[in-house]
Amino acid sequence: MDEQELLPHLFRTEFRKITAVLCKLFSIDHIEIAEDIASDTFLLAFETWAYKGIPANPTAWLYTVAKNKARNYLNRGHIFTDKVAIQVKQTTPESHEIEIDLSDKNIKDSQLQMLFAICHPSIPAEAQIGLSLRILCGFGIDEIANAFLTNKETINKRLFRAREKLRTEKVQIEFPGEAEINNRLDTVLQTLYLLFSEGYYSESDDAILRKDLCLEAMRLNYMLIENEQTNRPAAAALLSLMCFHSSRLEARQDENGEMVLYQDQDETLWNRELIEKGIYYLNQAAKGSELSRYHLEASIAYWHTIKADTHEKWESILQLYNRLLQIAYSPVAALNRTFALSKANGKQEAIIEAEKLNLSSNHFYFTLLGELYTDIDDQKAIQHLQQALLLAKTLADKQVIQRKIDSLKNA
Amino acid sequence: MKDFLLIFRADHTAQPTGTPEDMQAVTQQWIDWITGIAADNKLTDRGNKLEDTGRVLKSKDIITNGPYTEIKETIGGYTMIKVDSYEDAVEVAKGCPVFTTGGGSVEVREVSIM
Amino acid sequence: MDEFILIFRHQDGRAVASPEQMQIWMKQTRDWIGGIAAQNKFTGGDGLPFDDARVVKPNNVVTNGPFGEIKETIGGYIIVKADSVDEAVEFAKGCPVLQGDGNSVEVRKIAKGDGTH
Repeated sequence: MDEQELLPHLFRTEFRKITAVLCKLFSIDHIEIAEDIASDTFLLAFETWAYKGIPANPTAWLYTVAKNKARNYLNRGHIFTDKVAIQVKQTTPESHEIEIDLSDKNIKDSQLQMLFAICHPSIPAEAQIGLSLRILCGFGIDEIANAFLTNKETINKRLFRAREKLRTEKVQIEFPGEAEINNRLDTVLQTLYLLFSEGYYSESDDAILRKDLCLEAMRLNYMLIENEQTNRPAAAALLSLMCFHSSRLEARQDENGEMVLYQDQDETLWNRELIEKGIYYLNQAAKGSELSRYHLEASIAYWHTIKADTHEKWESILQLYNRLLQIAYSPVAALNRTFALSKANGKQEAIIEAEKLNLSSNHFYFTLLGELYTDIDDQKAIQHLQQALLLAKTLADKQVIQRKIDSLKNA
Repeated sequence: MKDFLLIFRADHTAQPTGTPEDMQAVTQQWIDWITGIAADNKLTDRGNKLEDTGRVLKSKDIITNGPYTEIKETIGGYTMIKVDSYEDAVEVAKGCPVFTTGGGSVEVREVSIM
Repeated sequence: MDEFILIFRHQDGRAVASPEQMQIWMKQTRDWIGGIAAQNKFTGGDGLPFDDARVVKPNNVVTNGPFGEIKETIGGYIIVKADSVDEAVEFAKGCPVLQGDGNSVEVRKIAKGDGTH
């Protein structure tokens, strides 16, 4: 790795570790100080290394500087609250020297505990994602704003309010108790899934950023799997789901950056390694009797890694959607279920079911009807697609719909 | 531990028409019974009481006003409990207040996922 | 939005169906429920196998079926959300149980907030 790439790379991998450990040390009341110290550390690295060259062990250098800055801050009494005082006493009873533990284990524990603190039921989902990206993934405010298609100011405000909320709710940075862990894990998994979806379905045109969001969600999910306390079947199921989806990241965009629909994708571009991983985690998830929505969604995603249109495939997908809708209704699942129904039971039946759905403000609804009427009544199909075109918001969606209309008109 | 559905049946033609105080006492018996099951950590779902009115479909086209009019016993409500066996479920059912208000019965059924 | 319970009654719960018929019936039931769930109108439900069922009567009398005074036995139920009993009846019309001779579906509104349940 050359010098140009080294600092951004270190920022990506080390900022979040330093921040998590310092957050844990300072308590939830002083998150932004932890962020500031981590930021200052990298600023100093940037200034120093430019003149003096890169040190032999850059990571150790960063940790030493971060520790010194944290110690200075504490010694100056800025935040020498009772909590920190007690902690410091406990860790170093003799010397009064403040021990800042940047060991691998403490980094991992701190990150996981921060994940639970941030994904607290009292914090709005959007803010949970923002804070996760900032503190657990080391994203800059610019990048977060980009991902959400908004400006820095909005993100700063959102993060500010979220930190306030963590303070007022007195959220602790710790593992939830055994009895609570499943409930709290629910919120964590929801946030990770949203984070992943933000990347996978984002309207942002920055492809690298979108992929990063997916990878970060998977990395955080993997942390849950690695820890004995949090390695629950639902967590493995969600990781499996993410593996299956992300196996298609490369195949779903053509060289012009345009979206390639599933049925048009070149399956040789699907990432076999990720598909294998997905299968592995799906098997892991099957241990125990729990059947979460992620189990069902991962199983559906598994069937989509098999391109061939068999009856078995679509019948299986239909039954999985039938069950998914019973425990977690969503308009998207209702539409996908109807599509699977058309493949398993025929278009006529699916049209009757589709018309009961009452989703007429959703462009996917009309895209589906267009699809169902194709070859049955092309004129009706075109009408529905034109309705979809009116409702579609993104350019990518409009392009896909327009291409379908054109192909029907030319048929 | 398995889930069992308790279905309460009573003769709907012979419902007690007592004073409000009497009715309140009956309500209290139900609350006490269900609370007792919950206290034993055997309650899966409090279930529901059903309104007296309803419909019965014999087929898509033959629909009558119900509930089941040919018979005296109609379903008045249900509760879901979790116990190890039919025997345990029957023991819980024996305490049901449906018996104190004139006849009635409790059907005990293990549930399966559809 | 109210909740209604749809109770499936079988004329003869002990009639033995072939595995193939069972398979078809299962799929129809799942597709029917999936269709209701796709409209966000499904609340819950269970199948009720006939084996070993009991009835508890006054004075601690316990019998093994039949369950009511009637021949019909309950095979399962689902709870749906609907604006009216008529909408609930529309859901019930699609119930595969109605394909069997003598079977029926009872539709009952769930009483809410009466304090006992």
